Amino acid sequence: MSNDKIKSDLIEYSLRIGDTSLIHGHRLGEWCGHAPILEEDIAITNMALDYIGQTKIILNYAGELEGKGRDCDDLAYRRDAREFRNLLIAECPNGDFAMTIIKQFLISAYNFSLYSNLTKSKDETLAAFAEKSVKEIAYHLRHSGDWVVRLGDGTDESHRRIQNAVNEIWLFVDDLFDVDEVDRNIAEQKMGPDPEVVKKEWNEIVTSRFKDAHLEIPTVNNFLRVGSRQGNHTEHLGYILAEMQFLPRAYPDATW
Amino acid sequence: MVDVRYIETLMEQVPDPEVPVLNIKDLGVLRSVEEKGGQFEIVITPTYSGCPAMHAIEENIHDVLRDTGISNYRIKTVISPAWTTDWMSDSAKQKLKEYGIAPPERSTEEHLKAIAIGKNKSVTCPFCNSTKTHLTSAFGSTACKALHYCDSCDQPFEEFKCH
Repeated sequence: MSNDKIKSDLIEYSLRIGDTSLIHGHRLGEWCGHAPILEEDIAITNMALDYIGQTKIILNYAGELEGKGRDCDDLAYRRDAREFRNLLIAECPNGDFAMTIIKQFLISAYNFSLYSNLTKSKDETLAAFAEKSVKEIAYHLRHSGDWVVRLGDGTDESHRRIQNAVNEIWLFVDDLFDVDEVDRNIAEQKMGPDPEVVKKEWNEIVTSRFKDAHLEIPTVNNFLRVGSRQGNHTEHLGYILAEMQFLPRAYPDATW
Repeated sequence: MVDVRYIETLMEQVPDPEVPVLNIKDLGVLRSVEEKGGQFEIVITPTYSGCPAMHAIEENIHDVLRDTGISNYRIKTVISPAWTTDWMSDSAKQKLKEYGIAPPERSTEEHLKAIAIGKNKSVTCPFCNSTKTHLTSAFGSTACKALHYCDSCDQPFEEFKCH
């Protein structure tokens, strides 16, 4: 494989990780001041902070590889929806607390599986990024996993709410593993894990917690949404970007 | 004489903005001080990726060095190897405990996995050393801490999370 091809795959791969962190972090930030209890407000915003920190590292790297002088801010604030590579699940609205928790749990489990394997990447920056991030993700996974069990194994109402959230969000779960040539090339170059391994580990984490929570994985397989890797998003992303990018677009290079 | 060792000693005057009982050397945020062609390179690493204290830490380093009249230095931030609470010295852990914060346990891959799947054991109370404690908030006043409650001495306390 040519070096140019490896480099462009690596940029693409980094954008997928970085954009998912960015959009998910932004979504979590929407809870700031609105969470059901103070502890949750602190927890959710702490997790958002971790995600934004991780985004900075990985998007700066994507910009550096690209070599056009773009940094994490340029990539976050000056691209349009079709250029974003975040997983669809990240852009889905927060919904109620159960939905937020399920999204958080499924994304944490995905990141935990991905990053614990990415620490072995032949690419030094990706490995360093993963080594740093996986420790933070472990705490996100514990927190959201504990809530999944608490709500699923709680009252009839909490169980109903979280099972509904699972049923609704499952439409976007295939997108996590809708691997393409880029993922396969990166794995082949030993720069990223085998997507099948990530999927297997994700499945184990999710199945085990769902069992404790008495939650069922929906069996409906129709109309599943995929396409984030090609930049095909839901209608929600545009609204996120409108809010997130307004200030830097209206006042370029503003500082405070 | 201004040498690497002297700068390192000065760094002990730089407190962590969020846990002021520890300085950046105790915490392992200071990675190294090296001299390169008449310039000192001060290498620091963030505790958490999004740690908002990094900017304040840099400012504090500038302040301490400015007060001493040293200007031939630069600060470099690295993320690898990833910061771990294992870099905290025993005396730093003791300082934390005396301050009322449960110090972190040894960080291992197994420990991290146990945390991730929610199978970690209870944290020892820094006041009465009881293990009859429970987690009240997974995230505390800063990203690096969690809140617990001791069922033996009826005290709430913070834990410096193992990382």
